Amino acid sequence: MDDPLLVVEDLTVQFPTEDGVVTAVSNLSYQVELGKTLGIVGESGSGKSVSSMAVLGLHDARSARITGSIRVRGTEVVGMSEAKLRKLRGNEIAMIFQDALAALHPFYRVGGQLAEAYRVHHPSASKRDARRKAIEMLDRVGIPKPDRRVDDFPHQFSGGMRQRAMIAMGLINDPSLLIADEPTTALDVTVQAQILDLLQDLQREFNSAVIIITHDLGVIAEMADDVLVMYAGRAVEYGPCKEIMVHPEMPYTWGLLSSVPDVTSDTSARMIPIPGNPPSLLSPPTGCAFHPRCVHRDKVPGDLCSTTLPELIPGGRGPQHLKRCHLSNSDAIYEAEVLPEIAPDLVEEP
Amino acid sequence: MFAYLVKRVLSGIVVLFLVSLSIFLLFWFGPSEPAQSICDRETSNRCTPERLEVFRETLGFNNPWYQEYGTFIDGVFTGREIKFSKNTKVYDCEAPCLGISYRTKQDVFDEMKTRMPATLSVALGGATLYLLLGIPIGVAAAKRRGTLADKALVSSFLAISSIPYYLFALLAWLFVTINLQVPVISDTGYFPITDNPGKWASGMLLAWIALGIFGCTQYTRYSRGSMVEVLSEDYIRTAKAKGLPNRTVIYKHGLRSALVPVVTIFGIDFGTLLAGTIFTERIFDIEGIGLWGLEAVYQKDLPVVSATALFGAAILITSNLIVDVIYSVLDPRVRLS
Repeated sequence: MDDPLLVVEDLTVQFPTEDGVVTAVSNLSYQVELGKTLGIVGESGSGKSVSSMAVLGLHDARSARITGSIRVRGTEVVGMSEAKLRKLRGNEIAMIFQDALAALHPFYRVGGQLAEAYRVHHPSASKRDARRKAIEMLDRVGIPKPDRRVDDFPHQFSGGMRQRAMIAMGLINDPSLLIADEPTTALDVTVQAQILDLLQDLQREFNSAVIIITHDLGVIAEMADDVLVMYAGRAVEYGPCKEIMVHPEMPYTWGLLSSVPDVTSDTSARMIPIPGNPPSLLSPPTGCAFHPRCVHRDKVPGDLCSTTLPELIPGGRGPQHLKRCHLSNSDAIYEAEVLPEIAPDLVEEP
Repeated sequence: MFAYLVKRVLSGIVVLFLVSLSIFLLFWFGPSEPAQSICDRETSNRCTPERLEVFRETLGFNNPWYQEYGTFIDGVFTGREIKFSKNTKVYDCEAPCLGISYRTKQDVFDEMKTRMPATLSVALGGATLYLLLGIPIGVAAAKRRGTLADKALVSSFLAISSIPYYLFALLAWLFVTINLQVPVISDTGYFPITDNPGKWASGMLLAWIALGIFGCTQYTRYSRGSMVEVLSEDYIRTAKAKGLPNRTVIYKHGLRSALVPVVTIFGIDFGTLLAGTIFTERIFDIEGIGLWGLEAVYQKDLPVVSATALFGAAILITSNLIVDVIYSVLDPRVRLS
């Protein structure tokens, strides 16, 4: 087996500001293989988007300090020249953004924006070829009458169609990695499902790797092969999706699961918010960044949680499933304390 | 689009009528006697109450105001004859008649036409210069936001633009023509371009430079601010993520959006410039609309004063209309209907 398509190792992204250095991402490592989907989940400010933008080299070199390694097909992206990065962006790696109305240029026709994305990486293609390609892609993502809608402006599209057009633009150069930054957040629930289905179809068709960034665990459960849970710029839990969804080991992940409203289960299931606020990235808490909000920290002996940063290491569930937590018997705590609260119907009657 | 333009032109005409009525009423009910200045002038400052009454009668100031306003409007469309006093000459004022100057006894509209090229030259040249300087400098500063070069530029431009314009222009004139006695361009003034384009340009040059430098500091600020805002938009990030070259991102995706607020300010600015740049024309001795209006105020030449005010209103209405049309060209979301 070859190297994975994308390998991120020890990635740290810092922004020096007047008040001090903001560490948005610290020592993050993950990898994605072709045909696979990685879900990155976390609250706002947990470093999900910042780390993905670093993969495209989108951070301004003057305002961001990036260390560590990002390798795409073995080629190092960190420190790559702007000219080489441009060849990568939109070609090998494409990114689609959250709010398609804001992310598409309001003054240019949808087709023109797609064609522009195509032509920049196919300099020999004529305008007519690029237009034909744009129509073909709009058709592929399910825009009705694409030969007519290609000349519409973004504001003439509905929200779902705009996100489809955004996806079409992302895939127009057949990238091997697609980064979708909260692709469904700004959409109606029914449209969300359609967009996710479309993404899955296209991934199968193009056999690309996908990173999907979201705070919606429902999206992760549907889409992802692997899950990376981020908190305060660090990975706190990382492993196969099925494993983490069923046997989460980190109290922050439990918190995320508890705060998902579940309309299918009976009424005794409660939606429990995580207490407190996300930490300041300027002066993060000592030890485990989550400890001030963690309701299970008294189960850890001494003041380990507030003094020592736990390593991201395999817990009790095999080498694939990594967690950053001092709890030694987290599986048992989850079964006994968390699961009955969030999904009582899953707990067997004694 | 066409229906919209027709609607806007019609509403502009209504506004012009209202402006002309306001100006008319201002002079009619104003604190000064409108016939006094012509009476003083025609009688070599020996205006007695009896003589004044004669002027009032012939100029129509004894009629009700609405009748006289009707006469004025009628004159605009069909022309009229104007007599200042019983035994003076009858002036034939052809449509569009804005009156006869008390001072020069010339048709006001004709005089405005002859002075227009000078003002137009000042305004076009100055505006071209400050746009060509201001917008690129603003964009360059926005690209380098927060760097030492950007900070130095912003603060030095702020310093220049905090000098009052008339002082700035006056100092420029004093320095160039009196101190340095720079040849050719020291001889400022308006010379028709059709006679001698070289002389036209050299006479205007100092005024253009003064307007250009002063205006460019403001337009640098506007376009820098607007550009900084646009560069943080999501669609700029999208453009970068597509792998577009920096130049395309900045100019095709950034500048077009950043120009929208700049166009608004320019529309008003340019209208004001066209309606007469009083300081510029006075200091650089350019016989344009602004200088004409200024002299008319000194001389209490009422027909000229009201004509320049009306002209200013017409120019502003027109430039606002043009700005709206440019909007719809720049931003497809603005549908003119």
